[in-house]
Amino acid sequence: MIPAGFDYHAPTTIGEATALLSRLGEDAKVLSGGQSLIPLLKLRLASPRHLIDINRIPGLAYMKEADGTLRIGALTREADLEESEAVRTRYPLLADAARTIADPLVRNLATVAGNLAHGDPANDHPAVMLALGAEIVATGPSGERRIPVGSFFKGPFETALRGDELLTEIRVPAPAPRSGGSYIKLERKVGDFATAAVAVQLTLAADGTCAAVGIGLTNVGLTPIKAEKAEAALRGKRLDETTIREAGLLAADAARPEADLRGSVEYKKDVVRVLTMRALRKALERAGGGR
Amino acid sequence: MTTARTTPEVGGMGHSIKRKEDPRFIRGKGTYVDDVVLPGMLYLDIVRSPHAHAKIVKIDTSKATAVPGVLAVITGADLAKYNLHWMPTLMSDTQMVLPVEKVMYQAQEVAAVLATTRYAAADGAAAVDVEYDPLPAVVDPHKALEPGAPVLRTDKKDKKDNHIWHWEWGDRAATDRAFAEADVTVKERIYIPRIHVASIETCGCVAHFDKVQDKLTVWMTTQAPHAIRTVFALVAGHVGLAEHKIRIISPDIGGGFGGKVPVYPGYVIAVAASVLTGKPVKWIEDRMENLQADSFARDYHITAELAARKDGTLTALRIKTLADHGYTDAAANPSKFPAGLFHVCTGSYDLKAAHVEVDGAYTNKPPGGIAYRCSFRVTEAVHTIERMVDIMAHQLGQDPAELRKKNFIRPEQFPYKSALGWEYDSGNYAGALDKAMQMIGYAELKREQAEKRKRGELMGIGISSFTEIVGAGPSKHFDILGLKMFDSCEIRVHPTGKAIARFGTKSQGQGHETTYAQILAEELGIPAADIQIEEGDTDTAPYGLGTYASRSTPVAGAAAAVAARKILDKARKIAAHLLEAAPDDLVYEPGKFSVKGAPNRSKTIQDCAFAAYTNHPQGMEAGLEAVSYYDPPNLTYPFGSYICVVDIDSGTGEVKVRRFVAIDDCGNIINPMIVEGQVHGGLTMGLAPALLEEIQYDEHGNVQGGSFIDYLLPTAVETPKWEVGNTVTPSPHHPIGAKGIGESATVGAPAAIANAVVDALWHLGVRHVDIPITPPKVWKLLREHGVKD
Amino acid sequence: MNVQVTINGDKLGADVEPRLLLVHLIREVFRLTGTHIGCDTTHCGACTVLLDGRPVKSCTMFAVQANGRDIQTVEGLEQNGALHPLQEGFMAEHGLQCGYCTPGMLMTSKAFLEKHPSPSEDDIRWAISGNLCRCTGYVNIVKAVQHAAAKLRAAAPAGGAR
Repeated sequence: MIPAGFDYHAPTTIGEATALLSRLGEDAKVLSGGQSLIPLLKLRLASPRHLIDINRIPGLAYMKEADGTLRIGALTREADLEESEAVRTRYPLLADAARTIADPLVRNLATVAGNLAHGDPANDHPAVMLALGAEIVATGPSGERRIPVGSFFKGPFETALRGDELLTEIRVPAPAPRSGGSYIKLERKVGDFATAAVAVQLTLAADGTCAAVGIGLTNVGLTPIKAEKAEAALRGKRLDETTIREAGLLAADAARPEADLRGSVEYKKDVVRVLTMRALRKALERAGGGR
Repeated sequence: MTTARTTPEVGGMGHSIKRKEDPRFIRGKGTYVDDVVLPGMLYLDIVRSPHAHAKIVKIDTSKATAVPGVLAVITGADLAKYNLHWMPTLMSDTQMVLPVEKVMYQAQEVAAVLATTRYAAADGAAAVDVEYDPLPAVVDPHKALEPGAPVLRTDKKDKKDNHIWHWEWGDRAATDRAFAEADVTVKERIYIPRIHVASIETCGCVAHFDKVQDKLTVWMTTQAPHAIRTVFALVAGHVGLAEHKIRIISPDIGGGFGGKVPVYPGYVIAVAASVLTGKPVKWIEDRMENLQADSFARDYHITAELAARKDGTLTALRIKTLADHGYTDAAANPSKFPAGLFHVCTGSYDLKAAHVEVDGAYTNKPPGGIAYRCSFRVTEAVHTIERMVDIMAHQLGQDPAELRKKNFIRPEQFPYKSALGWEYDSGNYAGALDKAMQMIGYAELKREQAEKRKRGELMGIGISSFTEIVGAGPSKHFDILGLKMFDSCEIRVHPTGKAIARFGTKSQGQGHETTYAQILAEELGIPAADIQIEEGDTDTAPYGLGTYASRSTPVAGAAAAVAARKILDKARKIAAHLLEAAPDDLVYEPGKFSVKGAPNRSKTIQDCAFAAYTNHPQGMEAGLEAVSYYDPPNLTYPFGSYICVVDIDSGTGEVKVRRFVAIDDCGNIINPMIVEGQVHGGLTMGLAPALLEEIQYDEHGNVQGGSFIDYLLPTAVETPKWEVGNTVTPSPHHPIGAKGIGESATVGAPAAIANAVVDALWHLGVRHVDIPITPPKVWKLLREHGVKD
Repeated sequence: MNVQVTINGDKLGADVEPRLLLVHLIREVFRLTGTHIGCDTTHCGACTVLLDGRPVKSCTMFAVQANGRDIQTVEGLEQNGALHPLQEGFMAEHGLQCGYCTPGMLMTSKAFLEKHPSPSEDDIRWAISGNLCRCTGYVNIVKAVQHAAAKLRAAAPAGGAR
């Protein structure tokens, strides 16, 4: 319940923050929302000697649409996503996901960036960003770097962020017309991590076939999983019960869950199958497709 | 009694007066144990074992004592010097306070760090180095009883196995005969797993030994302060703690539910530390400690059989149970009943023969067994009989409501002596079930279910018609460690007509400050707002056995009425004196004595109170007070019928409770609003074990589900919109006809939910599902029985 | 480190370790014990306070993070002897039993009603899903919030939603 002691730093610029990260290296952890980090500290599962609190850096809490992308700043809270009319209407996948993260109180502090940077395959935004084809902007002492989200997650709690980098922005491509998305998460109760969850983002072509699709899977592997075979099976095809069913089977096949208190391997894979179908149907409906 | 006898201003029985305890709670001004701060107070944090079974090789405290602020590290060896390293349990077994030789469950207390601040104590605890030599853990109670299993209680000289006791009840021969003659029998294995009360406030204490006054005061999260005081005096008498020098204060308690009855090692260590240092010592456990080490509930492996004639008349019940008690028997049962009141398992049915046997086993798990609103194993009993009756109904192809009604004990059979020896006081089981069926629209739901089934949609309707057994209890059979289970009320009426009443019970949210005042208002006619109620301070409250097992209204509530009537006896004489009439010529209505035939010649209770101090009759003592130690003649038997509707998602296995109707009968109702609140809360603590909560262990005794990450308490989103109602069948032997309500819903609800799920799946070939009925469990059954999304 | 906060309108300060949890600053340093602790994994919400008007779990923040910021706890709900409609609602509707989760429920609900003055029952259940209660079964907590919402709407300036 009581964390070990640490030195606390509250930089007021990104430069200060990355300089600290550079200097302190492995001994330091970034504190943004703190809703993943502080519980670890309280259980003494992590005892960093230094905490770098980035909450005092101005100009990092924003959501703005510019140049065909939605740009989400590092200190944007989950609650901001949840409450944004723009996100709800144009990026329903993001809005769906934000609502399922932890509980309403945690969401007032938890950041979208933190949900990604923490690298926990059980977190929700990683699969969502995979489905959206997002880009991560990392800022280090030598400047900015843009990392496609597909290369961002390396392993459990391991991302492409270097030790001296901050995740400063997330860029989500603005959806083309006739797009829709959906996030469906099976959780044992509100506030739980996903037993399994599926993120779908798709765009229909003029003839109603699938022009583009992204399918991300949460908490069924060591990293979030992009169900590439399922995506390939849908591209160029009409989404109907047959193709949706097939996509579900392929997504389940791509899942690599571990058995735990949430369920067996077989159960989780079947949940992926079922949720993929449901998310596809919902995304299709939101894209204006279906009957 | 359904219409109130007193006015709303007096606020006697039947009025939903607002609670007197609320003003402090809504302002954040309650005083819970962790709010208590004393000058010079020290903090205790406990080091716990990572192993379920291990020898302690060495405890190295050097790093810990070097932490700034740490004053000492207490180990079993230190306590052994005072013979305090072991203590008795409530079932006359023994329990370690701190181990000397070996640990017996994961999270067991191993050492305690005393420090000047909470944070230093935590740092100290993290710095204690314990070397263990792990031993094979005995986790499965069946394996624990197999010949050749490692003997766990090596501290007991002559113990050669892990069998604690065998207990049986009923006529075995008659039952076997009934089974042999039966047309139909059903048999099922039912496992009710470990769960934990998890009240939002964990356990803790502030122990303060005042060296000058030679007095120990302990603020403690306890539901039974007097019993604790006596136990401390008996256990620690040899180190100089005498009962008149011990004061237990149970302040505001953030939920008890039975989890705050046992004496946990943390309390004893804190007391010892305070006695040794002369400083106040605070110990507050954190949530993971609470879940992993404090008293669990349930863990019954049950094999049940029910016999019937082919027309559906139930004839006999036979049950064999293996009780996993953890490493010692520390269940908080009345001492004569190692399996609690499990033998109420014939339930609401007129079963002519029954036999039940239970065997207790030791395993490498924390001790406990009686907690979580169970009324001493009644949840286990009700779950069993209600599952079996439902299986029988489905097996016979009879409607579960009809089969129940056919076999209910009929109103004219009360008082009813069950085949297992309980005398039920009163009941109207069909009345409750009919009301529930009407409220939920039973016939319409059955039609809907039939249509849905044709389309392959899974919908279930489940019933639980339970009889509860509470109000422990008559001194002939009920004691805890020898202390008879009476309870008490002491009333003092002040000159200006206000009153104070103290009780031997202790509310942890049940609203006694309000309901006891209402009982007294009913009797005395003094407005409830003018009666101050106190509980929990052993220096002032009359001796009682505390609040658990829904005993407060049946026992202390009765004491209140009896004490009030003693007050009225005296007040009548005073009124007669004031009115210059004979006491027998006076007529009493709540709050007023008047002369028969001359109603304008009257004196109020307030007049009598004033006169008690200013104008009492010569030869009579002044003052107006009374005390009652109430020994109930019998237990009381609340009952009810619950009906649950579930829809099952065949893709994910999720069970959604669409509707839940609860009809409860707790006899005469003191405060309808409070009774409803108890039912809402009880139902939620019935839903939780039915669908969400479980504490499991792997084969090494490592706990799974030892934090709120995996121990899943329902939020407002998982909790259904409970629909509640009641019938009123007073208890004929209780002074105010009331029965108690606190645990009924937790006792009755799990079976309604389980029955609904099985009802949804019966046509697929499913007969039983153990709780918690989780999505993976349902999914597995569906897939095994050919149902895919 | 020195921490300066405004709590319930009062400016308070203290020298604390960086690791001091905000809930301990409130309870132990400032002796406002209405905010409670019920778990160690950020689940129960008994520690909920308003930070710059937003409900947060004060057990999962460090006191130093609150430096210069505004905190409201349950003790600040009553103003000049007048109870907040939520406090009245909880009493009127029996929305509490043991009282331990109640301060958290009150603070969460206060912020929620400020943003959502006309919530549905499901909205309310969703809003308090980060606050656990073991006693009430939530039914009367929902009624209490509805009671307060109605009172607040009636008292609101015409046409105004805050």
